[in-house]
Amino acid sequence: MKRYLLAVQFDESHPETEEELRAQLARTHKVNLEMEAAGSWVFAGGLMPSYASTVVRPANGTTTMTDGPFAETKEQLAGFWVIQCEDADQALAWARKGALACGRPIEVRPFNELPAE
Amino acid sequence: MATLTRMLGDIGLAEEAVQDAFAAAVQKWGEAPPPNPGGWIVTTARNRAIDRLRRESSREARHAQALLLHQPAEPKEVGPVRDDQLRMMFTCCHPALSPLAQTALTLRLLGGLEVAEIARAYLVPEPTVHQRIVRAKKKIRDAGIPYRVPGAAELPDRLQPVLTVLYLVFNEGYASTAGELLRTDLCQEAIRLARALADLMPDEPEVIGLLALLLLVESRRPARVGPSGELVVLAEQDRSLWDRALIAEGHELVRRCLRRNQPGP
Repeated sequence: MKRYLLAVQFDESHPETEEELRAQLARTHKVNLEMEAAGSWVFAGGLMPSYASTVVRPANGTTTMTDGPFAETKEQLAGFWVIQCEDADQALAWARKGALACGRPIEVRPFNELPAE
Repeated sequence: MATLTRMLGDIGLAEEAVQDAFAAAVQKWGEAPPPNPGGWIVTTARNRAIDRLRRESSREARHAQALLLHQPAEPKEVGPVRDDQLRMMFTCCHPALSPLAQTALTLRLLGGLEVAEIARAYLVPEPTVHQRIVRAKKKIRDAGIPYRVPGAAELPDRLQPVLTVLYLVFNEGYASTAGELLRTDLCQEAIRLARALADLMPDEPEVIGLLALLLLVESRRPARVGPSGELVVLAEQDRSLWDRALIAEGHELVRRCLRRNQPGP
C-alpha cells in the first residue's frame, strides 16, 4: 500500500456562496464515507483561509515569524486527504471523485516512503 | 524490456538487467546463439536482477527480491492485453505523464529510438528529451503508476496518446531523420503494435483507421526508393511494386470504418 496526499487547491479571490459551500461539504462527506468503506481513508481535513496562516522560518539557529502563507499566489491549500492505495490509478480515481465533490482542483502527491537509511 | 519490466516491476532495474544479459550474451554465445535467444536474454536478465538485488542491502530491495523469487516463472496475464509491449505502452502513455514524456518514453523503450532521434523528430534539444525520459521513469516508479492494462471503462480515454505514439513511430520510419531514408524496422514495429491494438479493440474506429492508414502507406514502400537509394515521387512510382495484399487489407479496414459513418475522433 502506498500513501498519497490529495491537496485541494482554492482560488480565494473567488469564494463560493454559502449555499454552494454547504452542497460541497455534503458531497465531500459522502466521498469520505466511500473512502472509509473502501479502506483507503487515512485522514482528511479542511483548512481556514490563508488570512489565518503564519509562517515560521529557521534563521541562524533562531526563527522568524511572518503573517500569511508561503506564496502570494491566488491558489491556496484549502484542505487535504491522506489516503492509502494500491497504485497511482486508484489514487487518481479518488482524486477525480474528490475534485467533482468539492468543485476544486486537487494535486495528487505520493508520500516519500523510502526507508530512512 | 517490456517483459522484464512486468517481472521486475521497475523500468530502471529492467534496463540494467537487460544490459547485463546482453553483455553476457556477447561473451557466451560466440558463433552459436542458443535455440531461443529471446528467452535466454529474459532468463539471464531475470537472474542478473536477482543477483543485483541480493547485493543491495536496503529493506525495499530485499522485499522486491523476495517477491521476485516467489513469483511463478510465467505470471498469469490479467486484462485484455496479452502483449507485454502493449501493457508497457499503456504505462508509458499514462495520462499522469506529460504528452512529450509519454511519447519520448515509448519511442525510447518500445520503439528503440535513440534520444538524438527522438529529439530530431520533436525538434527539441537532446538534453530536454533525456531529462523528460529520466523524470518520467522516476515518476512511474515513485508515484506508483502501475504496469497494468487499463480496465475496459478507462480504455477509450487511455487510447489517444497510444495512437499518437504509434503514428509517430511509423512516421520516423517512413521518413527517417537519421541515416537511411527509410527505417523499415520502425514501420513494421508500429504496424505490429497497431495490429495488436486492433485485435484488442476491434470496436474502436480510431484504432482501425490508424491501422488502415499505416497499411496503405506501407503498401507503397517497395516503390518509394529507387535503385540508388533516391526517393521516387508518387507519380513516378512503379505501381506493380505496390503490395496488393496490404492494399486489400487496408481497404477492407477503411470500409469497416465507413460503415460506422462516424468520421473523426
